[in-house]
Amino acid sequence: MGAEFVPLSLTPILIGTFAAIACALPGNFLILRRQALIGDAISHVVLPGIVVAFLVTGTVAALPMMLGAGAAALVAVAGIEAVRRLGRIEPGAAMGVVFTAMFAGGVLLLERSDTSSVHLDVEHALMGNLESLIWLDATGWGSLLDPAALAYLPPELGRIAVTLAVIVVLLAVFWRPLALATFDEGFARTLGLPVSLIGLGLVAVAALAAVAAFDAVGSIIVIAMFICPPAAARLMTDRLGVQVAWSVVFATLSAVLGYVLAGYGPLWLGMQDAVSAAGMIAAVSGLILAVAAVAGPRRHGAAGAGRAQS
Amino acid sequence: MLLDALTLSLGYNATLVAVGATLLGIAAGVTGTFLYLRKRALLSDAISHATLPGVGLAFLVMVAFGGDGRALPGLLVGSALSAALGLILVQALTRHTRLSEDAAIGAVLSVFFGAGIVLLTVIQTLPSGRQAGLDTLLLGSTAGMLRGDALLIAAGGALVLALVLLLRRPLLMVAFDPDYALTRGLNLHRLDLAAMGLVLAVTVVGLKVVGLILIVALLIIPPVTARFWSDRAGTVVALAGVFGGVAGYVGAALSATAPALPTGPLIVLAAFALFVVSLAVSPSRGLLAALLAARATRARVHLRQGLVTLGQGLPVHEGYTRRLLTRAGLTRPDGVPTEAGRAAAAAALRDEARWRLLRRETGTEAEALVARDDGLTDLAGLLTPDQLRALDARMARPAGVTP
Repeated sequence: MGAEFVPLSLTPILIGTFAAIACALPGNFLILRRQALIGDAISHVVLPGIVVAFLVTGTVAALPMMLGAGAAALVAVAGIEAVRRLGRIEPGAAMGVVFTAMFAGGVLLLERSDTSSVHLDVEHALMGNLESLIWLDATGWGSLLDPAALAYLPPELGRIAVTLAVIVVLLAVFWRPLALATFDEGFARTLGLPVSLIGLGLVAVAALAAVAAFDAVGSIIVIAMFICPPAAARLMTDRLGVQVAWSVVFATLSAVLGYVLAGYGPLWLGMQDAVSAAGMIAAVSGLILAVAAVAGPRRHGAAGAGRAQS
Repeated sequence: MLLDALTLSLGYNATLVAVGATLLGIAAGVTGTFLYLRKRALLSDAISHATLPGVGLAFLVMVAFGGDGRALPGLLVGSALSAALGLILVQALTRHTRLSEDAAIGAVLSVFFGAGIVLLTVIQTLPSGRQAGLDTLLLGSTAGMLRGDALLIAAGGALVLALVLLLRRPLLMVAFDPDYALTRGLNLHRLDLAAMGLVLAVTVVGLKVVGLILIVALLIIPPVTARFWSDRAGTVVALAGVFGGVAGYVGAALSATAPALPTGPLIVLAAFALFVVSLAVSPSRGLLAALLAARATRARVHLRQGLVTLGQGLPVHEGYTRRLLTRAGLTRPDGVPTEAGRAAAAAALRDEARWRLLRRETGTEAEALVARDDGLTDLAGLLTPDQLRALDARMARPAGVTP
């Protein structure tokens, strides 16, 4: 790795990895609770959220965007619950009704409003711009110890690192109740655990991860990382702790490999330009899942028992 | 302007788009119903996202053979092939691993979509790909739609509808009562595959008009809306077609009235508006109906309690109950019961006493009756006159009441 690695590739790889892990951690529980597609729904409604935030504030600053996206995620979750309960509609269809309608509203608003002066479009929302999160003030590995250069790290790195830390702490603190409520809701309820509150909290953490990761890397990675690394991990082990560890490994592997393949792969093939890093990270996570589905030791389920043990 | 649009007098292209969108809406509503009733609505999300790599590959193949990479028929064939592969992978993951279907759907949709985006960025770097405009297939674009494209979309929609008509009996049976369908010797797996094939066809046909991200809405929202209005299988399918068609038509017409009004989102929002109205006013499952039913129950409970109170010779203080009693002509405005009110009060009291007695009695018949006690039902409506007389004979006359 030459001197240009630090300014051009280190920060995108770190941001991609942090975003991938931040999504994969809550994804483990979403998958076990058969709520995998809530991540899909949340990442779709981020678009109307940021469009409304832009229309209200007139800027594309990070904080209003993230607040808008977070608010949209809450509206979506409440809307899905309302449609499901009031209309007595099964959860999948309720989700489909709400997130497609909100996404359509976001696209319409975007087309109708003047965003020509700012960088705000659907493709940006989908693909992110991981490649552009470079650290130009770095001159080499030594810059990691240079306060002057460190001050100009891309702000996305700090945000996603803080988000990841918050998610890790929350998971560590609420690990036992979350695991209990996930594997045996009835038993958790008899213990007096607030089961529905735990479920809501999990969705909120997922929304936090989705919004923060979206800010840096776009929606595609968000959906892929919610599902693929935890799903692959689920095929490796029956133990929840081990599964979470595997999912972190897979998420990291996807982010690093995907970024490197997108950046350098085309050059190795003799082409000129890099391809979408976000798309490639999603594709690599899919390959990992494919390998786990073919060769994972627990791909058919636990030996003897149908479910994993915490 | 809007009237012009709705009466298809905004010119050739707008008319073409409106007709195409209507047919697409009908086909999507009808086929989506079969997925929805099988509780697999979001499978369409995987199918639609999985079309993207096929589009990119088809473009590259067509360019490699020296053709025009943008030819719609070629792109649609490519998208159909990759969507089919995605569908097979969802099935394989669900059947051969412990993953549940929602995880398989999410994995396939995100990975295929990511791979498709990678291909799109490859295409953008090609000299032939700079103006490929493949990204319009993400959100759909009807601006400058060619006559041939419109005909292709109309023909595709019509073909799907014809196939649905042909397969409607087994598909409906599987959708509404899979167990019964199984006992009738139908092959569930093959029929599910057929339904998914039809959904796949609609998705591919709809790529150009509403785009792959929003076609899901046309496959889910009209069936959900139709379900509010009927419990009969055939009616739900037909209504879903109607709602889808109306959404397609209204959305396309609206988008023709002004520039920068994208067709796809407007069609989806039109479908969503129909959904919201149905959620509110559907006669059996709507919010308004539920609200009215709750109000009626509340009034019955209050009226009954008021009558029992009057029967015990006590005054009614609660305002709502007093108004109910007065409006029914059972009390005068000052709260004193009328002739009819006294009779009704006595009847209510007698009925309460009968229920009390019944609750003390044993035997399956009495217990079955007590299970139906909601505090409102008049026992006289459940028992024959003979049974009532026998019950009354067993009952000591309640003190203080002269029937």
